[in-house]
Amino acid sequence: MTYIRDVTALARKDLLLELRARDTLPAMLLFVVAALVVFHFALPGSSSQLASKGLLWVAIIFTALLGLARAFAAEREQGLLDGLVLAPCDRSAIWLGKTFAMLMFLVLAEVVALPLYALFYSGIGWSTIAGVALANLGICAVGTLLAAMAAASRARELMLPLLFLPLAVPIVVGGVGASVVAASGRYLALLAVYDAVFAIISWASFEYVVTE
Amino acid sequence: MIRAQALSRRFGTKRVLERVDFEVPRGGFLVVTGPNGSGKTTLLRLVAGLLVPTSGTIQVDTDRSRLGFVAHEPLVYRELTALENLELYGRLYRVRERRERIGMLLERFGLWSVRNERAGSFSRGMMQRLALCRALLHDPDLLVLDEPFNALDEQGIELLDAQLEELRGTRTFLVATHDPARLDRLASGRLALA
Repeated sequence: MTYIRDVTALARKDLLLELRARDTLPAMLLFVVAALVVFHFALPGSSSQLASKGLLWVAIIFTALLGLARAFAAEREQGLLDGLVLAPCDRSAIWLGKTFAMLMFLVLAEVVALPLYALFYSGIGWSTIAGVALANLGICAVGTLLAAMAAASRARELMLPLLFLPLAVPIVVGGVGASVVAASGRYLALLAVYDAVFAIISWASFEYVVTE
Repeated sequence: MIRAQALSRRFGTKRVLERVDFEVPRGGFLVVTGPNGSGKTTLLRLVAGLLVPTSGTIQVDTDRSRLGFVAHEPLVYRELTALENLELYGRLYRVRERRERIGMLLERFGLWSVRNERAGSFSRGMMQRLALCRALLHDPDLLVLDEPFNALDEQGIELLDAQLEELRGTRTFLVATHDPARLDRLASGRLALA
């Protein structure tokens, strides 16, 4: 119960910080809208649904990357990770709180992005929405861990994409598969397995990332 | 309570601490002095458990829930108010009667009237007062303070002096300072780093 309270307090803090500073979510929204508009004009009218769905997933992945790059900005710039690490709460609660906050930002960006995609390209089915929901969990779980690792390094702007994009390949495979294949079950299952495996790895290893 | 033997720490090839020995008994007050770059902050971070030694050992018989740490940075969120920052840490440290304790500390350090203002709007001195409130919030047994008088005005220094005086003997202190004379009457030991 105290663990849940810690996670809630930490996630609430991140949402409050974003509400005050507004430096992550507006950037994510602008980026995803701009990306979909650019793709709309870049893609020939005769392009297949497979191509447009692929671009949707590219937009989602890079929008998430933009948010993840700011995930530990306050802690990094103000040395605040020391304060959180010294607190007697389980250190994985820091990761889980951040992951929840990132999930909120990504979902809000997608609330704008998905209707826009439907407007510009083609309709969105339930399998795509389920794929996006499952992918969000994996993106935020593994992305938050990698963002913490990148925040501790000097070349953080380079580190995060270099670490995150290779690990996002199964998400893109699962997401595009779930969006375009009629029997989307096995792609959704792939995303669910990815989420479970990487959430457990991230949860268990976060302590080692934020301590020496 | 704190025992360091042949404590060394390197960053890459740079030796910051080399075979440092010291002991602080429960209720002791160790003042750590030394020029810039002598390793005072590194030593304090080793005691707090934020760094691990390259070689040697350090034993701290205090759980991290009973440790209060004042660093160079105030360790408070600039976008949150003073009250919100202390509420957050109060929750994470499971402080009993949190509201009362926060109110008492804000009052004592002269921040009650600005409790609902964002920490980012505070002067450096007010920020240091808030950092002291944060470090004292959970009534720690061990206080590790890195230049605690930094940026404080005369009133702030008097307030901190009074707080240290009140806690001396019942809490263990490890304080790094460039002004050891100020702590002469409180110190039970001194460690000079070269």
